[in-house]
Amino acid sequence: MNATWSRFNITSIVLGFAFLYLPIVLLIVFSFNESKLVTVWGGFSTKWYVSLFHNQGLMDATWVTARVGLISATVATVLGTLAALTLTRYTRFKGRVLFSGMVFAPLVMPEVITGLSLLLLFVAVGLDRGFLTVTLAHITLTMCFVAVVVQSRLITFDRSLEEAAMDLGATPVKTFFQITLPVIMPAIVSGWMLAFTLSLDDLVIASFTSGPGATTLPMKIYSQVRLGVTPEINAACTILIAVVAIGVVIASLANKRREVQRQLDEQAAQRG
Amino acid sequence: MSSAAVTTASASPATNAGKSALARLGAAFFGRLVIIIPYVWLLFFFLIPFVIVFKISLSQTAIAIPPYTPALDFSGGISGFVAQLKQLSLDNYTWLTQDALYFNAYVTSVIIAAISTVLTLLVGYPIAYGMARAPATIRPTLLMLVILPFWTSFLIRVYAWIGILKPEGLLNQLLLATGVIHQPLIILNTYTAIFIGIVYSYLPFMVLPLYSALEKMDYSLIEAAKDLGCPPTSAFWKITFPLSLPGVIAGCLLVFIPAVGEFVIPDLLGGSQTLMIGKTLWNEFFANRDWPVSSAVAVILLLLLIVPIMLFQRAQARAQEMDR
Amino acid sequence: MKSLGSIRRDFAPWNDPNAKPYIQFDNVTKKFGDFTAVNNLSLTIFEREFFALLGASGCGKSTLLRMLAGFEEPTAGRILLDGQDLRGIPPYRRPVNMMFQSYALFPHMTVENNIAFGLKQDGMPKPEIASRVAEMLKLVKLEQFAKRKPHQLSGGQRQRVALARSVAKRPKVLLLDEPLGALDKKLREETQFELMDLQQNLGLTFVVVTHDQEEAMTMADRIAIIDKGEVMQVATPAEVYEAPSSRFVAHFVGNVNMFEGKVAERTAKTTRIAGATGAQIVVDNAVDTAAGADIVFAIRPEKIRISSKKPADAVNALEGEVYDIAYLGDMTVYHVRLDDGQMVRASTMNAARIAEDPLSWNDRAWVSFRPDAGVVLTR
Repeated sequence: MNATWSRFNITSIVLGFAFLYLPIVLLIVFSFNESKLVTVWGGFSTKWYVSLFHNQGLMDATWVTARVGLISATVATVLGTLAALTLTRYTRFKGRVLFSGMVFAPLVMPEVITGLSLLLLFVAVGLDRGFLTVTLAHITLTMCFVAVVVQSRLITFDRSLEEAAMDLGATPVKTFFQITLPVIMPAIVSGWMLAFTLSLDDLVIASFTSGPGATTLPMKIYSQVRLGVTPEINAACTILIAVVAIGVVIASLANKRREVQRQLDEQAAQRG
Repeated sequence: MSSAAVTTASASPATNAGKSALARLGAAFFGRLVIIIPYVWLLFFFLIPFVIVFKISLSQTAIAIPPYTPALDFSGGISGFVAQLKQLSLDNYTWLTQDALYFNAYVTSVIIAAISTVLTLLVGYPIAYGMARAPATIRPTLLMLVILPFWTSFLIRVYAWIGILKPEGLLNQLLLATGVIHQPLIILNTYTAIFIGIVYSYLPFMVLPLYSALEKMDYSLIEAAKDLGCPPTSAFWKITFPLSLPGVIAGCLLVFIPAVGEFVIPDLLGGSQTLMIGKTLWNEFFANRDWPVSSAVAVILLLLLIVPIMLFQRAQARAQEMDR
Repeated sequence: MKSLGSIRRDFAPWNDPNAKPYIQFDNVTKKFGDFTAVNNLSLTIFEREFFALLGASGCGKSTLLRMLAGFEEPTAGRILLDGQDLRGIPPYRRPVNMMFQSYALFPHMTVENNIAFGLKQDGMPKPEIASRVAEMLKLVKLEQFAKRKPHQLSGGQRQRVALARSVAKRPKVLLLDEPLGALDKKLREETQFELMDLQQNLGLTFVVVTHDQEEAMTMADRIAIIDKGEVMQVATPAEVYEAPSSRFVAHFVGNVNMFEGKVAERTAKTTRIAGATGAQIVVDNAVDTAAGADIVFAIRPEKIRISSKKPADAVNALEGEVYDIAYLGDMTVYHVRLDDGQMVRASTMNAARIAEDPLSWNDRAWVSFRPDAGVVLTR
């Protein structure tokens, strides 16, 4: 779509983004508040950040979350990529409808249901709740998101690239690893990032499936929020936001630079 | 590959046939594996758990580990297993119908989710429309700005609203200071806070499908409509909106379905006075430790959402076909 | 027909009964579900031939190519390459290479690595790969672009990389799927001649799929005209144009005027045709047709003379009125409505800058042609 950008359009975007960002900005601002009261400004201070690093419980939870996130995102990326290949490449096999249902349903399934059902599974098979169960639960949830991201790339994938590789003597397996995988790699990487942040964020499923010694950061934050709003939590949240935001911004800037470079290259190529 | 391969092959066609058959078998196995691994994973970690939830919803609470009975095992042989099966009953479901609390929680959840979905659409559409109309150069940046909050923790974003909506919070401070109101508004721990929370948290889910539907649209369609004598407002309703309908449907389902079972928002912003089924389930499970009843709650919730979920899946499949 | 042969005078294996066919389609049928893409088709192609499959989109020509490459297996029938049945041989074991319509250059590899890809699959030693790649780059004049990625190249350069990549392995047969489809007109014409040179120099067999008749006529030794999965005619470009075997072929290649009619009278040398609309046409005997048979007389526009007066010596002259004139620079095309109602298209080369016999709209005009100027079609 392309046309004049009317005043109405600009206003709705500005208001929309203000709505999206103002609460986060306020949260960050008040993490630097001297006063213990979160909503009354008492001067600039970084003391809450200092006390944060002395909070052993929070530090432990951060470590657990990071490990769960790294492991589950990695496994989920492998499984999700396989699922995406299945969805795009095998249009006819027994139980395809069930399969695509199982991939898409978790995207919208209320987390309380997913969490409860996974917990009951772990209990039924006699698996002790803890680090392993949270990780398994997160793999299951996030692999579906990875599948959707990778699948949307695979749909636009030019199959003649694979045919060309085979025509030139590469076996199907070689073709997959030398051609298909490198070409869809950017989508796989963003799938991984999505899986990692989803795991980092999750409260409900983790609460159901986690056990003693495997308290994740959102669980820790939640239990403190229930006791009341404190600047220390604001500080913790700010750090979490900063980490994710920096990651996302760097990734998308790198992406954009590649894109710009590509366009410049293409223009240069056309000129001669 | 070249001539050598074929010369040898033509010299001994049998070997070649055997080799390629083997290669085909290998490829077929590799292909199978691609399907089997995620399939089995999802069957085991997604589908079977529902069967277990259903089974436990028919059990009784017990002071034991696990806290329900029967536990269904084969230690007592086949006859013991059959005896256990006989203990299953619909008691929990009867219980759900007898206590108005559950019924109210379901109805309220659906109503809240529906209203929030409409509100999210009303807020999200102008944003998506504005983005789709933005100069092509800044569109990727706008898109990233919409996605960015989605990457930051859901819990944190909901938490941020507590400080704003509290009686002594930032919103009331602002309104009191500017003289718009003289008494602090009570928003936190009401349904209004839940609406704000859902609209805020789910906005990206609405904007993204709307944007991708609107962005694909050829603006010359609008110009053609105007050229044919259609005023702008009616061009919007007759051309733009119908063409964005797939995005509207996808966005609404993406908001509505999870919102019905939402827990964090009603818990943090809704307080103890508001009733939503996700919170009921959570309390049933964590506070009352009544696994069978919470399972029954989950089963009914799933039945309630099965139609929208299937609609969502169909919409996804159709969008996929169109992209192909 | 006198000398409607090959352009390459000494190359016509299809006329040699002892020549061994190189590629053979033997009663090949390919079905996709209910749709029959190729219907019981047989075709032979000879070694070192430049063979074109010409047809409209969806006629099954690409399916033929893809079956040869191994991406599709025939539903019935067999395909032989140098006497060997190709059934069951996967694409990566066939001694044919393909140049794709989209070029299918690997976007994550440099030009060099794209060209080397097939050689690496064969496990060729590194120094040999390097020298072969260098040779290929030189062949397509892209030496200074070796380290570029595909997106850093122009359309014409990409096309040449695709070509170099597909001939790098010295395949027995090179398959080209609309090789020039993505290029603009001027580049396309240049590249046609480059392809012909390349084919000659490397001594390869080329099978090219195209929907562009001019392209097929320019490059190919022989053309197979395909329609609805069947071969309509296989012949040299000159034969296809001057002696089409059916109305479909006559229509498909170039412009043509068709006169429906019946054989009225046969003498020793000529046949008189009574046109359905009344015109009487005398033609040389070429086809065996009994008197009274329904036939069509087809004649190309450039073989029709147009004049304001009836030419004295003409065997066939029909009168009408100028309906439309298109001046194209190198030639002028006239549409004449004959008095019996039939439209005739006649074209005249503009050999002189100023026409000797200027005609304008609605002028009375005569169209005339020799008895051997057209063909009689029974199909």
